[in-house]
Amino acid sequence: MFRRIGYTIRQSFKQMGRHKSMAFASVFAITAMLLILGIFFIITINLNTATASIRQDYNNIEIFLLDSVDEKEAREMMTQIEDWENVDTVQYRDKGEAMDILKERWGDNAYLLDSLNENPLPNSILVTAVDLEKAQGLAQQSEELDGVENVRYYKDTVDKLITVTNYIQIGALILMIFLICVSVVVVSNTIKLTVLNRAEEISIMKYVGATNWFIRGPFLVEGIILGGMSALLAWGLTAFVYSRIDASFGEQIFAMLSMPLVDQGFLAFNLVWIFLALGISIGAWGSLISMRRFLDT
Amino acid sequence: MIEFDHVTKTYGKNTALKDVSITINDGDFVFVIGMSGAGKSTFIKLILKEIEADSGLIRVEGKNVTSLSNRQIPEHRRNIGIVFQDFRLLENKTVYENVAFAMEITHQTKRSIAKKVPQALNMVGIGRYADKFPGELSAGEQQRVAIARAVINKPKVIIADEPTGNLDPETAWEIMALLEQINMRGTTVVMVTHAKDIVDRMKKRVVTLSGGEIVSDVQGAYNLNV
Repeated sequence: MFRRIGYTIRQSFKQMGRHKSMAFASVFAITAMLLILGIFFIITINLNTATASIRQDYNNIEIFLLDSVDEKEAREMMTQIEDWENVDTVQYRDKGEAMDILKERWGDNAYLLDSLNENPLPNSILVTAVDLEKAQGLAQQSEELDGVENVRYYKDTVDKLITVTNYIQIGALILMIFLICVSVVVVSNTIKLTVLNRAEEISIMKYVGATNWFIRGPFLVEGIILGGMSALLAWGLTAFVYSRIDASFGEQIFAMLSMPLVDQGFLAFNLVWIFLALGISIGAWGSLISMRRFLDT
Repeated sequence: MIEFDHVTKTYGKNTALKDVSITINDGDFVFVIGMSGAGKSTFIKLILKEIEADSGLIRVEGKNVTSLSNRQIPEHRRNIGIVFQDFRLLENKTVYENVAFAMEITHQTKRSIAKKVPQALNMVGIGRYADKFPGELSAGEQQRVAIARAVINKPKVIIADEPTGNLDPETAWEIMALLEQINMRGTTVVMVTHAKDIVDRMKKRVVTLSGGEIVSDVQGAYNLNV
């Protein structure tokens, strides 16, 4: 058994050595596919995290108050709001607190806020609805109160975002399936060229009494190794580029979306398994398909 | 022992073999002759189960070839050594590897391969070329490699399909001497050929095929005019 595995692996390396350009073409094809898949994976996963974190704000309503309203009046408004139906919590946030939160969000860029002479932020009342669907009614009710500058409420944004995310996810899934099929075809064709080169050799093997799996083995292992190599290559490239993006643009993205990119380590760990699984199955599948015709009898 | 019992094989409208019955005993040396299209290749392909017979029964070494499943074919072929007119060596493997290959497919140990391959190469007289590639050898030498490969697993039967067809007369006789030597050790040899002088001088059993039928089965001489 081990002798047999040893033979198969030795043969597959010899084969790859003798058909370097074919091996290179296959690796190139699979790597390219995986890179595209990787980009979509990263986009999707970042979008999902973004949506999930925005969703948490879903049932929050922030009522911004006019500067003419003092804290005492605000407290009165809050008691009034607490009596409404569907209200879970009511909380006062003065402009200083709001500034601290903003500074925290801006992180390293917070020093920019220090240069402001006066705090431009309004005082506000935070209302949490008991359930997501009730938030809209509460928002409308709040707008009718005196002393309210405006009401921020996320439902529309979140709804749009979720719709967009759903489309992107479906699109990414379709594209991934398509790309997987394309790469299987590319790999099976590259391997088929090797097999064609060796049709004579395979027929001799069959005359001497080699079993189909004996002939197929080295090609299968070749496909698996090529797929695995491509996976690692694509993974290395993706992880490198992602870490560069995070290092160079991470802060801007954070400032724009008020949300960090998904952690590199987490992404890298998941991506390596996904790439390996995909790469290896593409390689193996491709080589089995390419052999089928030659092993019929 | 190879037995054909009322074997018929047709390709569409063409009848390649018509109701052929023949028995080739262990240790026999049989020439199969006939013009192109007489059914010689079909005869060999049926023995190797490269093709299926339409009707009739074929036995090789007591095993019913006609009922072998696809999975059993490799095992069946390992019991038959084959020598082709065009040698059919693996071009990117050395002489040693070509012969070793036939042992590797039966999963024999490296040690046993390292012991038996040189013996086989010496037996056919090309031990010194073990590390050369087939392309570096003369036609006769390549055929010797093919014979070494055919006998390495000690098959009961050797099928030789015009083994001298690509060789000059002198080399052809060297190959015939080798085949006769192998036959004398008890291996059945079935040789398809067009070489009249070889058949005439070897004085072996000669089976003549014509139009898919055995028209003559005699000891001795090449005669296509029966």
